[in-house]
Amino acid sequence: MHWNSLNDFLHMGGYGLYVWGSYGVALAVMLAEPLLAVRRRRRAMADLSDLADGDLQ
Amino acid sequence: MNTKTGLNWFTYAAPSRFYAMAGKAVPWFWAVAIALSLVGLYIGFGIAPTDFQQGDAYRIIFIHVPAAWMSMVIYAVMAFFAVWGWAFKTRMSSMYARALAPTGAMFTFLALWTGAFWGKPTWGTWWVWDARITTEFILLLLYLGYIALTEAIDDERRAANAGALLALVGAVNLPVIRFSVVWWNTLHQGATISMDAAPKMAATMLLSMLIMTFAFWAYSFAVVFTRARAIVLENERDTDWVRAVSRGLVRA
Repeated sequence: MHWNSLNDFLHMGGYGLYVWGSYGVALAVMLAEPLLAVRRRRRAMADLSDLADGDLQ
Repeated sequence: MNTKTGLNWFTYAAPSRFYAMAGKAVPWFWAVAIALSLVGLYIGFGIAPTDFQQGDAYRIIFIHVPAAWMSMVIYAVMAFFAVWGWAFKTRMSSMYARALAPTGAMFTFLALWTGAFWGKPTWGTWWVWDARITTEFILLLLYLGYIALTEAIDDERRAANAGALLALVGAVNLPVIRFSVVWWNTLHQGATISMDAAPKMAATMLLSMLIMTFAFWAYSFAVVFTRARAIVLENERDTDWVRAVSRGLVRA
């Protein structure tokens, strides 16, 4: 480990903005994308249940 | 008669088999993606040394290069499935192609974004219209065009065919991206890894980048399979097996 402290790590040798600006956005979109995909599948499933309910009435 | 059975298997059975198989596989792909990311980032930030020229700014490479690779690999796979579905009328292939597009677009965006955040400290500019960056930007437009086109057409078959044509024409862009740093005098550096030269970077840097690439592969399988299952449910809603799944008669 070449980081003496958390501050040192966050500072990234003066490139903190660029390194964390890259990793932060990567994390954000790579969390958002699966959440949207899961939501799409849940919605498709919910639409099917509505359809099934309609059949029963 | 025989051919009709074969056609039925391709047209109806394949999506149901895929749906069940993918449902079991997705959690494993997530586990692999998370585990590899943690290992890759530990090596990249904990062990890999500071670059003597670029300082710690170079650590963006651990996601920049894998994202750029994925953006191209996914496009190639997407175009393959789109054209396969067009040529052989296999509906599952067209559904794979549509499931791949948003993930490919996401990685393309990420390659451009991390590239900008790397370019600023090393080249002094966020963006420049050099050949590599311009062709990667065109790749993003191709993905967005493919998504818009396939979503805009209601008829599933026509949407798949129109998308396949766009994906096929756009595939010309892939070798142009690949060789842009060779054909033109670009601000962007040449290939990070090549088959005919020793790696120009420390072994730990290379290791972190490769592990992150495998992590992105696993991530792609997990999220594309999840989306493909959603698309299968949307497109197969009138089939008996999907009705059975929705009523909880089939565990999936």
